[in-house]
Amino acid sequence: MKDWIINTDNLTRDFNTARPRTTGNPSEDGPKIIRAVDNLNLRIPQGIVFGFLGPNGSGKTTTIRLLLGLLEPTQGKAEVFGLDTRTQAGEIRKRTGALLEHTGLYERLSAEDNLEFYGRVAHMTGTDRHARIKELLVHMGLWERRHETVGPWSRGMKQKLAIARAMMHNPQLIFLDEPTAGLDPIAAAALREDLSRLASSSQVTIFLTTHNLVDAEKLCEQVAVIRSGKMLAAGKPEELRARNGNIQAEIFGTAFTPELLAQVRSRPEVAEIRPENNHLVLQLTAGADMSPIVTQLIQGGAQIEEVRKSKASLEDIFMELVEDQPKEA
Amino acid sequence: MLFDIWTVARKDLKEIFIQRGSLRSGIANVLIVIAISGILFPLQWGVEWINSPVGLISILWLPLFMSMGLVADAFAGERERHTLETLLASRLSDSSILYGKMLASILYGFGITLAGLLLGAVTVNLSHPGAGFYPVPYFLGALGLSLLGLVLITGLGVLISLRASNVRQAYQRMSLGFIVLWLPIIIAPKILSDATKLQISQQLAAINEMQAIIAAAAVLLVLDLGLIFMANVRFRRSQLILD
Repeated sequence: MKDWIINTDNLTRDFNTARPRTTGNPSEDGPKIIRAVDNLNLRIPQGIVFGFLGPNGSGKTTTIRLLLGLLEPTQGKAEVFGLDTRTQAGEIRKRTGALLEHTGLYERLSAEDNLEFYGRVAHMTGTDRHARIKELLVHMGLWERRHETVGPWSRGMKQKLAIARAMMHNPQLIFLDEPTAGLDPIAAAALREDLSRLASSSQVTIFLTTHNLVDAEKLCEQVAVIRSGKMLAAGKPEELRARNGNIQAEIFGTAFTPELLAQVRSRPEVAEIRPENNHLVLQLTAGADMSPIVTQLIQGGAQIEEVRKSKASLEDIFMELVEDQPKEA
Repeated sequence: MLFDIWTVARKDLKEIFIQRGSLRSGIANVLIVIAISGILFPLQWGVEWINSPVGLISILWLPLFMSMGLVADAFAGERERHTLETLLASRLSDSSILYGKMLASILYGFGITLAGLLLGAVTVNLSHPGAGFYPVPYFLGALGLSLLGLVLITGLGVLISLRASNVRQAYQRMSLGFIVLWLPIIIAPKILSDATKLQISQQLAAINEMQAIIAAAAVLLVLDLGLIFMANVRFRRSQLILD
């Protein structure tokens, strides 16, 4: 049996929310139960970057809190490093680093003091702390500013420092909630490279949530898409594309008459066709062949200059998955 | 666990001293309070400051008031500044976080008390040469009551801070509590008859000072233990996350 770093079985978490008593109807008034995480089954192996994708309020943060043992599941169970999050949360937190929704930095303290504090929390020796602080701050380009209080720093600099803090004690698992938020493109690319290297060379597992699907596509070996607490899809990005994604094609040229477009639209492999400026955009079903379509267009009198065929991006698949699901009341 | 408690306390003390943006202004604040309790009051009291326990005990409210502001910040401040969740996501145990925060506030207040008392002795001896040092029982009694009072205020502050959504709310509630505690002492002389006041003062004069200090310490100790127990029960990671 494979050793999973994270393994959840029907992980579920409900929240009671107070509602004002207004209607006098007991079924409508009083506390309402909201299911933030709904029978979530995750299997995440060691040494990968795992992307947890979902719109706002989909249950990503609650899932991280459950995995860190900060919240107890209502039903089901979760294991991290094979340890139960209900009973062994302290041991789990020892071996993990986290950048949560907010940077969590002490803004009155200097950058060095922030890292020093979490180094002490991790029981690192003084020598190890100082060496690690220097290594991380130099790498993040913050070493020269280590004595400054972090309050007035830009969001990007704070984000870099918060990432450094999450990595301070060389954890085996790092939770990163929107790690590239606030970073400039160069810093974001450098972070992606760092995370990728960390996962492949040090066998560190990285669990990240992001809205930046380009980031996820470049970085993550596996992804899961969640909405309203339910997992919609999981797997490698290319598997998700093969499973869910249509092929998109663009045909550049002239003389695309309405009659010709209607003929092409009637073909079974064409899900959608629409003219855009001087070209056509086609959504094709999986495995569709372009050549008969191009032949039909030429025979119908169209002048074709260029044909481009591309697979759906992770963003397309995400949108497709999320929009397909009816929103829960 | 002791190392973890000290780690949290050390961080909080560091934050306390630079809370207005610089270490210099933080130290200046503390020096002002120490100067009030260690120079201003002793100069007013003269030699009596050394020989009477009443003077010593009367300045204990100052560090209590200072610590009250700090402990209001302990949890409500971390929550308001969005640092609490990251702290809770660390390996620190619930007890280490709780006691570390309490220790920071107690050490701050106790440091002010001790510095004020020592500076007070120096001040009196400079203005009245040969006044000597406090009688040891008075000095230890003042330190003991200060410590127990600080634990009381800190324990109450933790309970209030845990329930408050921000520092302002916590501080307002604590100030209100402080006023309620002091109100009877302030209004009693106004509403009591002269005969009652005379009777009380005669009874107070008859009480042995050390016995009174010990009795007050015993009451404070019981209250402190109760508050620490309640704070322990109330402090739950999962509850703090939901709050």
